[in-house]
Amino acid sequence: MSPRETIALRDYLGPHLKGRTISDGREVVSLTDILGESCLGGRLSELSGRSVLLAATDQLISGLAMIEIDGIARRMLLAPHDLDTDHVAALVADAEIDAVVTDHPAQWREAGIGLVVAAGLPAAAAVAARTERATEWLMLTSGTTGVPKIVSHTLGGLTGAIVADGPTQGQAPTWATFYDIRRYGGLQIFLRAILSGGSMVLSEPGETIAQHLTRLATRGVTHISGTPSHWRKALMSTAIASFAPRYVRLSGEIADQAVLDGLKRAFPTASIGHAYASTEAGVGFAVNDGLEGFPAAMIGCADDGVEMTVRDGTLWIRSTRTARAYVGKGAAALHDSDGFVDTGDMVEFRGERYHFVGRRGGIINVGGLKVHPEEIEAVINGHAEVRMSRARSRRSPITGAIVVADVVLADTASDGNKIRDEILSNCRASLAPHKIPAVIRFVPSLEITAAGKLARHDV
Amino acid sequence: MSVRLRIFAAMRQIAVEQGVTLPPLDNDLRLHETGFDSLGFAILVARLEDDLGIDPFTMSEDVAFPLTIGDFVRAYEHVPA
Repeated sequence: MSPRETIALRDYLGPHLKGRTISDGREVVSLTDILGESCLGGRLSELSGRSVLLAATDQLISGLAMIEIDGIARRMLLAPHDLDTDHVAALVADAEIDAVVTDHPAQWREAGIGLVVAAGLPAAAAVAARTERATEWLMLTSGTTGVPKIVSHTLGGLTGAIVADGPTQGQAPTWATFYDIRRYGGLQIFLRAILSGGSMVLSEPGETIAQHLTRLATRGVTHISGTPSHWRKALMSTAIASFAPRYVRLSGEIADQAVLDGLKRAFPTASIGHAYASTEAGVGFAVNDGLEGFPAAMIGCADDGVEMTVRDGTLWIRSTRTARAYVGKGAAALHDSDGFVDTGDMVEFRGERYHFVGRRGGIINVGGLKVHPEEIEAVINGHAEVRMSRARSRRSPITGAIVVADVVLADTASDGNKIRDEILSNCRASLAPHKIPAVIRFVPSLEITAAGKLARHDV
Repeated sequence: MSVRLRIFAAMRQIAVEQGVTLPPLDNDLRLHETGFDSLGFAILVARLEDDLGIDPFTMSEDVAFPLTIGDFVRAYEHVPA
């Protein structure tokens, strides 16, 4: 592809689209004017052809830097704000990083990276940048242990699902997400905001859920995305009553019927969809009929260029939106020989639909019988008094492991013993005996990871 | 409530949940005659650990799993809490 045909993020922006902004809890930056500005102090040309580590702590500055660097650098590795400093050297070597863009330049002077460029809020630039090349987008997997894997995407692959969905009906949307935009789920929403001609409202570290919801309402957010865990927390807040989005999206975890129904009650006029996506497999599909799981007819066909198949109970995906490869010395293959990506997510066929049952790596073995914690949580969450729950393994001298559950109640003043009996009764009605929690504990809250998912490690 | 009575209360609760009819609980009753399967005992041991703060079968590797109700109760009574 010649440079003339290459499209970068800046090519979706321009002065003809008025009133576009990107904001966090402190700053509002105009996207309408952004092409005449630089957040890199006019040093963008130094990054031409480089492999850039984008390591800004601030999410707003990261987003603005992505707009500026895309189409100029050879590679751009998006570092999440919680990147473990012990992993930096390995990631720099594997991604062949030779420049870092950061809002804390002093911290990077001794890191041995040749070029350190300071990033800040945008200021007028002397010359407008022009797209030079298709920049390779590098992201980190959100695994909980060891050095994260580096995954390589193109902007075309990252935006494939957005382009396929077509333009938003009616007024340009104002998008928001509970995710961090340096993770795949959040980046999708940032890109949707840029491509749609609309605006973007970022999350703000340290903000309470009530403050966040109030800000979303004040900024006129129309479209919003988060994990089911994010949404369960939001549904617990009274501040949700002031917020009325047109479109609500869930992804990143299994959307069970209880959370879909809860959102329908909270936002009766909104469209509610749950999407399937992962850093490696890209955006698979979105389901908008308000039901958990997805229609069986989606397996085996190639709608929108996405082909899905089920092997040994696990979902595999082949499409132009999957990542290109893992990056680095000795990196594993990301696709099989047919081009399919193993999602590691297990599905079960029930009725007319496939239902996600859990991660292949998260299976609990109770005396030789397999249990997915997610299938137990779906049953527990179906109780009207339950806000969220976590099923987990506990070692047992008799069966090796048993399943126990931590449950957050919607109203902490409820009669726990009565609800415990009702939860157990619901579990007995729909789960095999080895899947019924041996112990149910009521807890005030459950930890959510930086990626917005229920923390599954033992605490 | 004594350790013994707490164990019996937990067993009766699990019996109700599992639809098991417990025979009269006495020291000579063999565990396999209680009607509990291994899952039932796994649940019992987990709940007793929460109630009594000990799991005698995990704390020491050379504790053999008991054969009778009397042995089972003694395993809990003989471990310092």
